[in-house]
Order: sequence, then structure tokens, then C-alpha cells
Amino acid sequence: MGKMTLEELRKLREAQKSEISKRDTAGKDITIFVGMGTCGIAAGAKTTFDTLIKAVDANGLSDKVVVKQTGCMGLCYVEPTVEVIAPGMPQTIYGKVDSATAEEIVKKHLVEHTLVEGHIYDRPAIDIVKK
Amino acid sequence: MAFKHFILVCGGTGCESSKSDEIYKELKAQAEAQGVANEVQIVKTGCFGFCEKGPIVKILPTESFYVEVKPEDAKELIAEHIIKGREVQRLLYKDARQKERVKTTDIEFYQKQFRIVLRNCSVIDPENINEYIARDGYMALEKVLFSMKPEDVINELKISGLRGRGGAGFPTWRKWDFTRQVPSEQKYVVCNADEGDPGAYMDRSTIEGDPHSVIEAMTICGYTIGATKGFVYIRAEYPLAIERLKTAINQAHEYGLLGQNILGSNFSFDIEIRLGAGAFVCGEETALLHSIEGDRGMPTPRPPFPAIKGLWGKPTVINNVETWANIPVIINKGGAWFASIGTETSKGTKVFALTGKINNSGLVEVPMGTTLREIIFDIGGGIKGGKKFLGAQTGGPSGGIITEEFLDTPIDYESLTALGSMMGSGGLIVMDEDDCPVDVSKFYMEFCVDESCGKCAPCRIGTVQIHNILDKITKGNGTMLDLENLEKIGHAMKRAALCGLGQTAPNPTLSTLKRFRKVYEEHINDKLCRSGKCKDLVVYSINKEKCIGCGLCARKCPVNCISGDKTQKYTIDTSKCIKCGECFKACKFNAVIKK
Repeated sequence: MGKMTLEELRKLREAQKSEISKRDTAGKDITIFVGMGTCGIAAGAKTTFDTLIKAVDANGLSDKVVVKQTGCMGLCYVEPTVEVIAPGMPQTIYGKVDSATAEEIVKKHLVEHTLVEGHIYDRPAIDIVKK
Repeated sequence: MAFKHFILVCGGTGCESSKSDEIYKELKAQAEAQGVANEVQIVKTGCFGFCEKGPIVKILPTESFYVEVKPEDAKELIAEHIIKGREVQRLLYKDARQKERVKTTDIEFYQKQFRIVLRNCSVIDPENINEYIARDGYMALEKVLFSMKPEDVINELKISGLRGRGGAGFPTWRKWDFTRQVPSEQKYVVCNADEGDPGAYMDRSTIEGDPHSVIEAMTICGYTIGATKGFVYIRAEYPLAIERLKTAINQAHEYGLLGQNILGSNFSFDIEIRLGAGAFVCGEETALLHSIEGDRGMPTPRPPFPAIKGLWGKPTVINNVETWANIPVIINKGGAWFASIGTETSKGTKVFALTGKINNSGLVEVPMGTTLREIIFDIGGGIKGGKKFLGAQTGGPSGGIITEEFLDTPIDYESLTALGSMMGSGGLIVMDEDDCPVDVSKFYMEFCVDESCGKCAPCRIGTVQIHNILDKITKGNGTMLDLENLEKIGHAMKRAALCGLGQTAPNPTLSTLKRFRKVYEEHINDKLCRSGKCKDLVVYSINKEKCIGCGLCARKCPVNCISGDKTQKYTIDTSKCIKCGECFKACKFNAVIKK
């Protein structure tokens, strides 16, 4: 890049900001966990993960959302599974999340604040898991 | 390219020397080999501050804090953490007290810290200007060039209460304002990066981790005072800092953030690097300016101050690295925000290089007004090996020792001066019961004898005389009159020496003499050094009652001066003993006596 004008500097800063803000976890109150145990990966969790990151970016949410991977959630029959923790919304586990569903989750759950029907699965046996 | 994981590898000098560069390369190679190169971004950053546990590797977004990583761990980190999403437990940081593996945000070392100067260190890649820009970099310059008048900048600094971080604590806004008001067709901006105190490495790490913050601040100053040229005076023994600064200057040039008509404004500014050969006196501003001019680095009396007659006789603003690094933040967030941090007289934060007998040595940034106890015992994790705290030396060879009873004093410029020490540049050396106050002051005075430039008599002669007396005391030949003489010479130097080096050189001696007079008297009257540091006063012997004849001491002795056997027990031949203390450390039955 050659010498910049004020406008170009501002544009560059905006573009870089969303990129670097992915490294930050402070101040981000929405967390998406993708179950990436062997079962999840076999069922396509990597594609789901990629789609989630792209969709978060596309909806301009990258400064609010952290996408993390986690181990198997125990719902191997409906992999890939995704857990969404967002303020003002119930903590939800979605199952059978393919790319299309992943995009829907970001759009509906995070932007429109409605649950995505047909993919909600409870955390299994919560009373047993509790210490 | 959508990265899912970010691996930050510390690229500070401390971690580089323990192979962080190899770790970085190995991680890249492993990411490639295991097919995840486009999912994980691997960045080499500036110093994390937690040098004790280096090399440090942090993985985001899980905030996993890996310590003492080796190049051969790279394969496992990629395979386990990145591909399978499982943290590598054995490498995670373990809290000294809780004995548990903890995440970055929970580490006590970081909890009491507040980072302004080090805001970008350990976050961005210092060799990539885009990452600096992404963290609001050059936003302050933009604001200053297009919406502020020079008076506005000075006013903002005045509100902020920022004072020079190089030692004396002169209000920054006044320095800038003096220089601005002197009419001259040519003015200069200088960055003092000639950090020379033993044990200090704040400025080095700031330039290594965030070089653009200094460049941006100097450009802002140029605009404010009407200068078009800046110099960074940095010592040649900081090769990594120099290299990163060069890269940063080149990148800023390429983007038009340095050079002619910055960002299309009609302001032009350029920065050159000058390498110092490592003389301590060149950290003194007038000596530094002479060195830039190509002359021998020797101080000249002030006034005239550099603000009026500086580099090549032109008005010059000279600030140190840490001061510069504060400026972009003050412009962005406002002087009032900055003034809300710290104490009545000292605003903002201070970076300390924590070294010595401490568990977590490293780089810490705390708000002014934090107590030494918090720095040493909470952030620093206390004294190594649970030994007894003796004192902390602030301000290096120009400062004094602060003892236990003053640990709860909130630190600022005034309180440290009142304790007979000074803020200095921020080296903080912790000493324990194994250190001898007389020996420590002899060490600092030896440093000053070497580094005195020899121009003025009080410093040239005074440092040598004090050193001779201290040497005499540590050899057991001191008299009570010597203590009086130490004080006399010290006070004379304080009043009569030409520059800061000579005026502050007696501080370590005077302050230890004040706080540990008893120890000095023991050295003189009883020929006793309890710590065993003053070797001429120590005699090692073996208590035959306690000796079980195991012979461990004899095996450890490097000069074979211990002899004996199981029945006869062991004895030390004091004529050959070099007093290294190995036998004392080795004996498990307290049979070796140190006296």
C-alpha cells in the first residue's frame, strides 16, 4: 500500500479491527461452543465452526461473540452440536447443526432473539451431571 | 480466511533467548503439517511481562496460558489444543498458591496490573503496522492533525498530569510548552531509549512490543511544538528493539504516517535512529544530546535547558520511551481519564521491571499509588524460597533501598523521594536475607565509578572515595570514622555534582547507611557479615559434635580443602578455603558453621 489519506487510514482500521477483535475475549458476552469431539468432527463440526465464524462476521457481531470449540457434549446422536450462551436468551443446545442451520442460529438466535425451532436439544441428565 | 484459533508467542528478549523463535517456527511448521494452517493464526508478540515463566504461549479464544514451552511441545499443542480442542494440561500455568492450573484472566500476576504503556505488548505483532492500527493506532495522530491546535494538545497533557517517566518526573506539558514558545526555524523531538540501570528493561520491552506507539507520540509532539525532525537514541545492545523500531519506521513511511504531508495534511515529520554505545551517562539528557551530535557524551550544566537550547543549539523536547507510550492513549481517551488514575501528584501508571529474589520476576504495570507490598507479594508472588525480605532497591544506582516498614507506602514520585529513594526509570530489585546492604551499595558504587564520565570532580573523585571506604569495610578494616566520611562525601556529591548521575550516585550508600547502620557497625566492630556476602569476614568451620562424617561437604568443595573420614569427622583448611559457601549449603545436619 502506498501513502494513505485520512479516509484510507480509517477504512484500514475498521477492516483490521474486526479481525483483531477475534483475539479478544474481554467484553464479549455471547459465547458459542461447538462440540468437537470425534463424533462432532465426524459429523461435520468443522464446517459448522467455519460457517459460524463467517456468519458472525457477516452480521457484524465479531466484537460481541466468541466462538470456542469444546469436547463432546454427550448428544452424539444429533451431532454436530452447538451451545449458545447469550444474555437475554435461554442457554440453548442445538443439534444437527449443518451450515444452513448455523447461519440460521446466528441470524435468529443472536440478531432476532428467537429460538431456532426443530433443533433444540436439552443438556442431557442435568440432575445427574450436577455435583 | 477465517481463523478460529490464535496462538500468541512471546517475542520479547527474555523469551527469545529461551528459544521462543524456534517455538514460533515449529508451531507454524506443525500447523502446516497437520493441515490446520488456515485455521490458526500464529503471531509473535511483544513481552507478556511474565518473564519468570517464559517462553510463554497464549492460545485464544480459550485464554489458555502455557508457560515454559519448548519447541518440541509444538506438535502436541497443535494436535491436542487446536485439532481436538483439549488443553495441554501439563503446560498450563499453575498458580503458586492455589496449585491449580489457571487461565490468563485468573492469574494473580495480572490481576492488580493496569496496562496503558504495555497495552499492546503481548497482543499485537510488533512487526505488523496493521495490527497496531487495528488497536486504535494512529487515531491520536489523526485527531491531533485534523481537529486539534497545538495549544489543545498541550492543554490535554496539562489536564492529564503526565510527568516524565525517566526519573525526575518533570511535568511533560511544561516541557512541550516551553519548547513550543521558543521561536526557531528548526526544533527537534528526541526519544531517550538509553535505558542503562542494572535490572531495568521497561523501555526495551516497550519498543520491542509496541514500537509504533513511540513513533506516533513523537509525531504528535512534532506537530505540537513545530518540529519536523525526531531522533530515537537507543543503545546498541538492544538489537531486537532496534530492528523492530526500524521495521516500524519503514512501515510508517510506506503508509505515509511519517514523511512529507502526513495523511494529506501539510505537516511533515521524520524520525532517525541513533545508536548509543552504552555509556550510562548518556541517559542524562544533555549528555545524550551531545552524543547524538557526534561528540563525547558528557553533561553540560543546565540552564539552558534543552527546551530552550538543545540539539545543535535548537529547542528540543526530550522524553523517555515510557512517557511517549502514554501520549497516544491520553489524546484518545482524554486527559481527564488519565488523571483519574493514580495519586494526587502522580497520575497514570508506572511500569516496573521486577527482578532479584522474587518468585515472579517480570514486567509489571500498576497504577501510581500501588504499594510496594502489593507489587512484591501479590503480583511478584513473594520472596524466592520463602526467605526473609531485606529491602527493595528502586531507581537502580540512583535510588535507595526501601525496607519492610515502608512497604505499605503508596508509590509515587514524592513518596519515594521522601523515603530517600526515587522513582527512577522503574527498575525494582528485590533483596532477601542472603544479601548484604554494604555489599549491595559497594556494587552500585562500583557501577558509578565505571560510568562516571569524569568531567566534574565531585563525581569523578567522590565515587572512587566512597567505593574505597566501602571496600575497606567489607574487608573488615573499617573504622567508625569511615561512616562519618561516607556521609560527608555523599552529601557533598549531592550538592556539587554536575548532573543527575553524580548527584544521585551516593543514594544507595546513604540510604543503606540510614536503614542498616547496625549492619555497617557489625562489619566494623565485630568483623561480622551475617549474610556471608562479604567473603573476607566469613570463616567456615565444622562442628565436630554435629558432623556425622558423611563427607558430602568434601565432595562439594571445589578446591578440596575439606578432609576427614567417618571416624575422625571432617575439618576445613581455612588457608585454602575460598568461602564459596557450597559446604554450608550441602550439609544436611547444620554441622557447617558460618561466622
